[in-house]
Amino acid sequence: MLLFAIRRLIQAIPILLGVSLVVFGLVHIVPGNPIDMLLPPEASPEIIAQMKAAFGFDKPLYMQYLLWLLRAVQGDFGLSVFNATPVWGQLSAALQNTFVLAILGAALGFSMGILCGMVSALYHGRWPDKVFSAIATVGVSLPHYWCAIVLVLFCAVLHDWMPAQGMGDDSLPLYDRLQYLVLPVITLSLIPMGVIGRLVRATVLDIVGQDFVGALSAKGLTRWPVIRHIARNAAPPVLALMGLQFGYLLGGSILVETVFNWPGSGNLLNLAIFRRDIPVLQATILVLATFFVMLNLLVDIAQAAIDPRIRR
Amino acid sequence: MSASLKQDPHSPDPRDRGGPAQPLLIVDNLRKHFPVRGGLLNRQVATVQAVDDVSFSVRKGETLGIVGESGCGKSTTARLLMRLMEPDAGSVIFDGDPVGDRRGISVSDMRRQMQMVFQDSYTSLNPRMTMAESIAYAPRMHGLGRREAYDRAEDLLSRVGLNPRQYARRYPHELSGGQRQRVNIARALALEPRLVILDEAVAALDKSVEAQVLNLLTDLKQSLNLTYLFISHDLNVVEYMSDRVMVMYLGRVVEAGPVESIYRRPRHPYTRALFASKPTLDPDRRTTEMPLTGDPPNPINPPSGCRFRTRCAFAQPRCAETLPPLAAPFDGDTDGTHVVACHIPEAQSAMAVHHG
Amino acid sequence: MSDIAMGTPLVSRPDAPAAPAPGYWKSVGQRLLTDKTTIAVTLVLLGILFITLGAPLVTHYDPYHGSVLGRLKPIGTPGHWLGTDETGRDLWTRLCYGGRLSLLAAIMPVTISLIVGGFLGILAGYAGGIVGTLIMRTMDVFYAFPSILLAIAICGLLGNGLSNSIIALAVVFIPPMVRVSETVTTQSRNLDFVEAARASGTTTPQIIRYHVLANVLGPILVYATSLISVSIILSAGLSFLGLGVTPPQAEWGLMLNSLRQAIYVQPYVAALPGLMIFATSMCFNLMSDGFRSAMDVRLNK
Repeated sequence: MLLFAIRRLIQAIPILLGVSLVVFGLVHIVPGNPIDMLLPPEASPEIIAQMKAAFGFDKPLYMQYLLWLLRAVQGDFGLSVFNATPVWGQLSAALQNTFVLAILGAALGFSMGILCGMVSALYHGRWPDKVFSAIATVGVSLPHYWCAIVLVLFCAVLHDWMPAQGMGDDSLPLYDRLQYLVLPVITLSLIPMGVIGRLVRATVLDIVGQDFVGALSAKGLTRWPVIRHIARNAAPPVLALMGLQFGYLLGGSILVETVFNWPGSGNLLNLAIFRRDIPVLQATILVLATFFVMLNLLVDIAQAAIDPRIRR
Repeated sequence: MSASLKQDPHSPDPRDRGGPAQPLLIVDNLRKHFPVRGGLLNRQVATVQAVDDVSFSVRKGETLGIVGESGCGKSTTARLLMRLMEPDAGSVIFDGDPVGDRRGISVSDMRRQMQMVFQDSYTSLNPRMTMAESIAYAPRMHGLGRREAYDRAEDLLSRVGLNPRQYARRYPHELSGGQRQRVNIARALALEPRLVILDEAVAALDKSVEAQVLNLLTDLKQSLNLTYLFISHDLNVVEYMSDRVMVMYLGRVVEAGPVESIYRRPRHPYTRALFASKPTLDPDRRTTEMPLTGDPPNPINPPSGCRFRTRCAFAQPRCAETLPPLAAPFDGDTDGTHVVACHIPEAQSAMAVHHG
Repeated sequence: MSDIAMGTPLVSRPDAPAAPAPGYWKSVGQRLLTDKTTIAVTLVLLGILFITLGAPLVTHYDPYHGSVLGRLKPIGTPGHWLGTDETGRDLWTRLCYGGRLSLLAAIMPVTISLIVGGFLGILAGYAGGIVGTLIMRTMDVFYAFPSILLAIAICGLLGNGLSNSIIALAVVFIPPMVRVSETVTTQSRNLDFVEAARASGTTTPQIIRYHVLANVLGPILVYATSLISVSIILSAGLSFLGLGVTPPQAEWGLMLNSLRQAIYVQPYVAALPGLMIFATSMCFNLMSDGFRSAMDVRLNK
C-alpha cells in the first residue's frame, strides 16, 4: 500500500512538470511580448528594456522557465504586472473564497447525486427511477451559468429572497453573509449532481446484478449489511468521479463567480485575462491544475485503500 | 472457378511438395522468453521462459497432442507457430520449406496452409460480423470474389453441421458456445489449410457438446485430409484424438511418443503424476502413484537442470546440474519413437502406474 | 485463386442460398428507427437546424438592426413575439441567427478533436510501445487541467474570436478523445478475433479496416456526440465570458451575457438564449444515449 502510494507520487512528478511547461508555454505561443501589451506604443526603448529586465523577460526562454518554476515551487509567483502587488496574496485570498463555494457545492451536489442514484437503482424501472434519471439527464446538459441566471431571476428579481451579487460585507452578521452563499452553492451543486447520480445508479445496478449480493441476501443478511456491501464495492468508481468533478467545480466556478460577482479565483482569472496580467494568470492556472493533480492522486490512493485489486 | 472445397482425400494435393515421408511440420529449438518488468523504474527484473528449446515434428495426416498444466507453454507454442508472436530463436520448417526464410515459404503463405482454432469461441468471433461474414472474411481478403466467398462460407457451415439458411446471418451472441466453436472451425477451414492447430478448442464446452465437436473434428480430418496439432490439458480428450502425444512442463518437452506407448507406460515422473491426477471410473486403473501436489514452480525462475526436480521424488544432485536431453528410455523396449527427458533410470522404470 | 478453390462440392447447397448478411450499420439503423426518444430528439435538432440555417425563411427582421425606441419589449409583444433585446433587435430573429455561430462553435471543435484525437488514439492503441506511451503521457498532462480552465486560459491568451474559441475547445477535447479511442482500440486489438484475422494472413490495414475500425468507430462516434453536448455549453460559456464571439454578432452565450444586464427590466427575455443552449445540449446528450444502445449488438436480441 505504501509502495503504491510512493509509486503514484513519483508518477505525478512528470505530469506536474508537464503541466508547468504547458502553463509557461501557453503564454509564449501567444504573439507579442507581455510587456509590449502593457506599455503604451510610444514608450521609449529604454523603458521597455527596463521593464523587461524587471520582470525577467530579457533572459532566454529556458532560463525564464527555470527561474519561474524555481520560484513557483517556493510559492513565489512574482508581482502582478497590473498593480505590482504580490501575486500569491491576491491568489490565496481568491482561492479561499473559491474553496468555500466549491466545498459546499460539492458536498451538496455529491450527496444529492448519491441519493438520486441509490434511489433510482433500488427502484429500478419504476417511477422514482424514471424521475431521477430524467433529472440526471437534465442536470448533465444544464449550462450552469444559465442556471445561475435563472436562480437570480426567481430568487432575487421576481422575489426578494436572496442577495444576487457579491459575498457581502465583513461587517454584516454571519446569518446575512450566509445568505450570499445560497444561490452560488446551489448552482455549483448542480454541476456534479447529474453525473454522480448516473454513475451511482449504473454502478449499483451492476453490483446488484452480480452473484455475491444474491449470496448475501440468501445468507439471510438483512437489508443494511447488503447496502453496506454495495456501498463498499461502488465506492471506488464513484470516488474517482468525485475527484474529477471537484476539479471541474474549481475550474467551472469561473462562470458562476462571474454571474454572482463572487471574488474567487475564477473572477481573478477573468480579470487577469482582460488586464493581460500574465503572472497572475500563470499562477492561477498552475495552482488550480496542481491542486487537481494532487486531488486525483489522493483519490487513486483512497481507491486502492478501499479496493485492494486496484493496487498493482 | 469453383468456390467449393477439395473433396477426394485420395487425390494428391498439388501443395504437397515433400511427399508423404516429409513431415508436414518440423520445429527445431523454438524459444520464447518474456521480459518481466517491475520496480519503481520499470526495468527488466527477470524473464519468463515460456517456451524453451522446444523441438518436435508433425507427420502428414497425423494428430499430435500436446498436454501439460496451464502455463506450461502449450498456447505460446501455438502462437509462435502461427507467428502471432515472433520467436526469440529456433526454426519452423513447413513441408520442407523453412518458414520466413528467403529460400523457404513466407509467413503469409504458411498461414494459408496452417490455421488455428482458439479456446474462447465468443471473443474469437467479431461481434459485428455475421457468421457468413466471419467465415468469408479471410478468403475475400485473399482475393476471392464476394459471391464465391459467401458460397464457400455456406458450404462450410453445412460441413460443420449448421444449416446455412438458419445460421449464416446470425451474430455471435445469438449462438450457443458449441455452435460458435463450429463456426470457428469452419472459419479456420475457409482457407483450406493442411494443418489446423486446435488450442484448447473444446475446453470451454459442456461434456456432451464437447463429444459432438470432437467427432466433427475427426470427420473433417478424414474428409479434408487434415493434420491436427491438438492442444489440451484434458488427458482423456488427448488420448481420444491423438496419434502421438507430447508432454510439456514449464516451457520444455519432457516426454513424447505414440499415444498407446505413453498412456500404457509413461516414463517421465511428471507424466506419471499427471496421469495419476486424471479422474477415471475404471477401478482397475486406479493408481497408487502420488498425484501432483502444489503448483508448478514459478516459470519466472525455473529450477536449474531438470525443471521437474523440485517436485520429483527421485531427484538426485545431477538433476540440478545438467538438463536431461530427450532420449530413448533406459529400458528401451520401444521402437525408438518414444523419448523422455530424465536422467534417472529408477524414475523412469518406477513401479507401473496402474494396478492389474 | 485456384490455390484455394479446388474440386467439386460434396454438400449440396441449400436451394435458396442466403444473401450476404445485412451490414452491421444497417441493423443499427433499424434499431434506431424503433427508438422513440432518439427519433423525437433528432426531430427537435433538425428543427433547430432549420430555424438557424433557414433563418431568413422564419423571420423577416434584420438580426443586427433594431429600433432603440422598441428596446427590451416583453415576450408576447405584437410583431416581436419573443420580445426585443437591449438595442431593440427582435429576439426571435437573434435566436435563429445566433444558433448558426453557436452550433458552429460547438461542432467544429468536436470534429477537429474527432479527427486528430481519433487518429492519435487508434495509433497509440494499435502501435503501442514507445509511440503509444509518448502519446498517452502527453495527453495525461492535458488531462491534469480542469477542462473549462484550460479552455478559458487558451482562449484568454489567444484573444477572443470564433476561431480562437474553436482552437481552445479542440485542445480541450483532444485528450479525452485520444483516451477513449486508445482504450477501445487496445481492447479490440487484444481480442481473439483480431488474432484470428492475423492468423488468416490478412494485412494490418485490412485488419484495422474490417476488425478494429468497425468496433472502434461506434464508441468514438457516440462519445463525439456526447461531447457536442458539452461543447455547446462550453463554447457558449466562453462567449458568455466575452472570450468567444464578439458583439454585435449573434451567439447564444453572448446574447445571454448582454441580456443578463437587463434582467431587472425584462427577466424572462434574459433567460431565453440559455434555454436554447440547454435544449440543444440535452438533445445531443439524449441522441448520444440512443446511438449507444442501438450500437450495442448484445443488448438487442
